[in-house]
Amino acid sequence: MSDTTALLPDAAQHPTDTFGATAADRFDDAVKDRFADAVKDRFADAGRVRRRTLGILRRPLLVLSIVWLLLVLVAATWPQLLAPGDPLAGVPADKLQPPSAAHWFGTDQIGRDLYTRVVHGTSLTISAAAIAVAVGIVVGSLLGLVSGFVGGAVDAVIMRVADVLLSIPGLLLSLAIITALGFGTVNVAIAVGIASVASVARIMRSEVIKVRASPFVEAATASGNTRTRILFRHVLPNSAGPVVALGVLEFGGAILAVSALSFLGYGAPPPAPEWGALVSGGRDYLRTSWWLTTLPGLVIALTVLAANRLAHGLDTNGAARR
Amino acid sequence: MSDSPARRTSPADVARYLASRLGQALIVLWAAYTVSFLVLWALPSDPVALLAGGDATDITPDQLDALRAQYGLDKPLWAQYLTQLGAILTGHFGSSIATGRPVADVIGEAIGPTAQLAGLAFVLALVVGGGLAITATFVRTRWVSSLLLGLPPLGVAIPSFWFGLMLIQWFSFQLPWFPAMGDKGFASLVLPAIALALPTSAMIAQLLSKSLRITLGEPYIDTAWAKGASRARVHVRHALRNAALPALTMTGLVVGGLLSGTVVTETVFSRPGIGRVTAVAVQQQDIPVVQGIVLFAAAVFVLANLAVDLVYPALDPRIVLTSPARRRRRRADAGGPPSELVAQGGADAEAPPATPADPTTPADPADPGNAPTRTEVHA
Repeated sequence: MSDTTALLPDAAQHPTDTFGATAADRFDDAVKDRFADAVKDRFADAGRVRRRTLGILRRPLLVLSIVWLLLVLVAATWPQLLAPGDPLAGVPADKLQPPSAAHWFGTDQIGRDLYTRVVHGTSLTISAAAIAVAVGIVVGSLLGLVSGFVGGAVDAVIMRVADVLLSIPGLLLSLAIITALGFGTVNVAIAVGIASVASVARIMRSEVIKVRASPFVEAATASGNTRTRILFRHVLPNSAGPVVALGVLEFGGAILAVSALSFLGYGAPPPAPEWGALVSGGRDYLRTSWWLTTLPGLVIALTVLAANRLAHGLDTNGAARR
Repeated sequence: MSDSPARRTSPADVARYLASRLGQALIVLWAAYTVSFLVLWALPSDPVALLAGGDATDITPDQLDALRAQYGLDKPLWAQYLTQLGAILTGHFGSSIATGRPVADVIGEAIGPTAQLAGLAFVLALVVGGGLAITATFVRTRWVSSLLLGLPPLGVAIPSFWFGLMLIQWFSFQLPWFPAMGDKGFASLVLPAIALALPTSAMIAQLLSKSLRITLGEPYIDTAWAKGASRARVHVRHALRNAALPALTMTGLVVGGLLSGTVVTETVFSRPGIGRVTAVAVQQQDIPVVQGIVLFAAAVFVLANLAVDLVYPALDPRIVLTSPARRRRRRADAGGPPSELVAQGGADAEAPPATPADPTTPADPADPGNAPTRTEVHA
């Protein structure tokens, strides 16, 4: 090495040139570099953590979304905290009152307080959406898991069925299932969930196939684990990630689908204050009492927006960490 | 493209391809029929009891049995399945339980108004969604661009039934510009089409702006710049043409979404059409009609995908239409793996792998092979 540098006429003029540096110099530099890197990493790490916690505060929309969703959760769990009244009892004398300090969202045609009804309807709509997502994720994951892990004819059959389900628009599939199951909030939720099974199954299957081929699964097989154990201990936990992310993402869509079906009248029967049914109930008074349709619909839109925003936020945070 | 001159799409190729795709389409329809049969007839519900009016108290069990026999519901499930399948193959789609009219007539009458509505909504969604994506990626003013890009998530989150009612409130009650309901002339089509187009245009805008942003980062865009093309020309002639390809594979989904969206829109605007027929049929639990509509929707989806596949080679010369049999043979010759997924609802056009010299995106996003997977893209 030093022979080569001696042959280079300019080496002496470039003290920092690696060609001109001695081995000891280079070692020194490497140590310094590594140390500097470590220090930089340390600070960068601290910075990243701080940025991640503070970063949320720097995203006002995300904060607003979280606050709104917390409010929705409170309304779903303890509606009495936010609206102490009775959602089904009306005061006929106060019918069709516009929004005021006494009735924040106004009153409907038999004098029921609309705000109270929206708050008390939250649990119906939110739990229906949660059931829908759970049905879609659980059934879809199981199908995808079996399909990807077993392979062969089972895989072919499951995936062909998934293809067919995907060729039927989601809402129509839900409607067909409701036709067979009958009406009601739970049936609507199941129908919405089943409509998303096929896409979940596809994602799960592709993840499972990826994980199944990885060395640690091979190692688990070599060390004599049973197939069931490998499936549930090794493959499932390692392929569930994207599906869970999808579940969060689908929550907003599930709220929309559930409330659309309840708007069409397939949800809980009339006095129940389901969000979609509230909008539909105000239809006949659209010309005279705008608040009956506008305000419940606004609540649906804001909730879906907040859920989507949060899902997106989680997604980008997750991507940043990866 | 290894042997390019010989591999151009010839009319014979198109014919062979079309034949094999139509065969596949029939298989998909048969499968859709089977799935809907299982969902509608095998799930625990009693169509006859429903027909007799929900709680069948004033009807004797004998009468119920007679009704079951009349509809063939007393036979085992597989016999019902085969009988129905045979009837469908000979063009008999059954008749409505509620009205007794043939299902084919009920759907056939409703297609016209729905086609008008969905057609206008499709054009609107394409213009608004596409225009938004192009403008948002074109403007240099940052706040304008982020404002525009903030709109599609809004469009996805707004319930379309509520948006329709808001349109009625503003543009037919507050401002008497359009009729609130009915099916009389173009004016009555405007508001429903806007309401129907909202979620679709938001989806198109999201897809296309993402695809445009990726495409604008490709090296060949720099080449176009270096050759002195204007900004607009680079954006539209070079970037948009390539960026539109992945979005095009979503056509089947877009059409399906518009079709199912009419259930809500036609209810809100009290318009006749497929959506209204569906809503009423579900309300009355009219199983034959619902099944007919599911089949119809699947057929529309399959046809839309077929149309996209036929247009694709015209837009992307790298794609050559081949029938699956030929492709398998060629794959076997090449020693490559057999196709893992013989695409069903999707396309079978084959995208040869992009060579390094290829200026555009790699073969994968351009390959319309398994279109249904694309549902993930907009999620």
